[in-house]
Amino acid sequence: MTHHSQDQFAIEVCNVGMVFGSGAHAFKALDDVDVAIRENEFFTLLGPSGCGKTTLLRLIAGFSYPTEGEIRLHGRDIAALPPHKRPVNTVFQNYALFPHMTVSENIAFGLVMLGRPRAEIRDSVDRMLKLVQLEALKDRRTGQLSGGQQQRVALARALAPQPKVLLLDEPLSALDFKLRKEMQIELKRLQHETGITFIFVTHDQEEALTMADRIAVMSSGHILQIGSPRDIYDRPAERFVADFIGETNFMTADVLSCADGTAQVALPGGARFAARVPDGVRPSGQVSIVVRPEHAELVDPGAGAHLTGRLAHVVYFGTDTHYHVLLDTGQRFILRRQNSRNAGAEPPEGAVVGIRIDNGAAQMLKD
Amino acid sequence: MASRRAFDIRHQTGFPVVALTCFFLLYLPIAALVVYAFNAGASVAVWQGFSLRWFVTAWNNEQVLDAAWRSFRIAVCAAFIATAAATMAALATTRTRPYRGLNAKYAFINMPLMVPEIVVSVALLIFFSRIKLATGYTGLGYLVAAHAAFCIPFAYLPIRARLEMTDLSLETAAADLYATKWQAFRWVTLPLLWPGILAGLMLAFVISLDDVVITEFVKSAGQETLPTYMLGQLRRAVTPEMNAISTVFLLISVGIVTLFFIVSRKRT
Repeated sequence: MTHHSQDQFAIEVCNVGMVFGSGAHAFKALDDVDVAIRENEFFTLLGPSGCGKTTLLRLIAGFSYPTEGEIRLHGRDIAALPPHKRPVNTVFQNYALFPHMTVSENIAFGLVMLGRPRAEIRDSVDRMLKLVQLEALKDRRTGQLSGGQQQRVALARALAPQPKVLLLDEPLSALDFKLRKEMQIELKRLQHETGITFIFVTHDQEEALTMADRIAVMSSGHILQIGSPRDIYDRPAERFVADFIGETNFMTADVLSCADGTAQVALPGGARFAARVPDGVRPSGQVSIVVRPEHAELVDPGAGAHLTGRLAHVVYFGTDTHYHVLLDTGQRFILRRQNSRNAGAEPPEGAVVGIRIDNGAAQMLKD
Repeated sequence: MASRRAFDIRHQTGFPVVALTCFFLLYLPIAALVVYAFNAGASVAVWQGFSLRWFVTAWNNEQVLDAAWRSFRIAVCAAFIATAAATMAALATTRTRPYRGLNAKYAFINMPLMVPEIVVSVALLIFFSRIKLATGYTGLGYLVAAHAAFCIPFAYLPIRARLEMTDLSLETAAADLYATKWQAFRWVTLPLLWPGILAGLMLAFVISLDDVVITEFVKSAGQETLPTYMLGQLRRAVTPEMNAISTVFLLISVGIVTLFFIVSRKRT
């Protein structure tokens, strides 16, 4: 199996800044953004609305130009090129299909503009129709298609010119739940079959975790953390990342000692525990640590329990159950347990319970 | 559905009476005009039997045909010039971020709708007479220019309405798919704008065709258009020939406006 070397980047965004407006109305949409996206990678920009993820995508597409920094495509600076000169295509949030053209004409548009020979265009369009399974609808106007079908036309249209990079701007947000799940799998398949680098923008953390090879979490114009879904979920370095992705228990703890990226801390209530330290941090004094709800279990108070409290609520979710525990220190701690037929009996609400945190599950934050 | 009925204007007391009276008053004179076009006698007030003789008379009247042909040529030229200008104006005012002064620009483009026609007429009369003196040119150009100018807002409105309906991201998508600015306009913007342009063209044509005031002031000797010719005739003897010409005129206008409706509603 061939492996691309780590420094073979499709897109490099170097110290990019973007300011809208000027003077007192200036708004900094992106601030010193630095990210390198590998070839054939499924890369996701994740963040709440207004965090700058779509702005960054538009800069890569060429719909606007950065006020600072460079954008490189395979090492070449493209920050000043107009969109029609970039081998980069976009799947728009509202699809932006041409309503006066048929499905085939939409898919052919990019190739026609590139002046490709007619036979080649016909072959490409046929191949694309097959890839997105729309052969039967090729002569329909796009207005007559369902949302999922329009989505696939938009994908085929963007993939037909075989771009170096495909940009996807929240392409699944207009679809209903079931179709969204189907399209997630479909997108992964397309990325695998075409071997094109995908840059996917979303505010849906679950979508990001299931689809991405790597995720960049953004907030107010900054990239806070870049890593694999597992890194981002299990080892959030910043409070925002921990809070934005999934549910988290935040606790304050006192650092006792630190060695090899692991710190011994005293949890509220006095129990000792080991927490992972983020890169480049030398912890001391009081720190924040996070534990995911599924990385802890309810135990009898006493032996083996790191925390003790009273079980306040039990919330049933079908696939799993959430236990809200009011700790002796007054803080809340949420646990999640997968429901299974042979799960043990659960304590009643109001019972005094102990909480045992899984080994290696505690992560220290930078702040 | 009681509440919906209560808010429906049709269920207000007296509504049918008022509406019918208005329609009656609006269309009665026109109906009378059309009826008397078919009068066998020479009166526009006394019915003397059915005949098509006045249509034949009008058709054989050299002056009528001459004026009608001139009106047609002016209207075609003016409509094309006005629509081209209006298309550019509509693009310039919608394909941009809103900025200070944009509303003033709308008002400026639509000025001919607000400035009294008689003021424009006098201004053009004085302005063009200077140019006529200086250049010696006395052709139809003056009328075409004047008509084109006051037709611009009429062509502008349907085109702008159409442009505001089309999604800006379509042009972005075209650019993303390797279309240059011109290609994006040619293959995406223009085809989507086409119904609006056609509607603007037809509206401008009709407006130019029946203008009297500005034409009366601007025309040189021997440049009668159909409306100014009719006005001149009415000062002398009134025969059903005028009714016949008016009836044909009415048919053409209604026909074009109907077409305008069909075209502007298409594919929306």
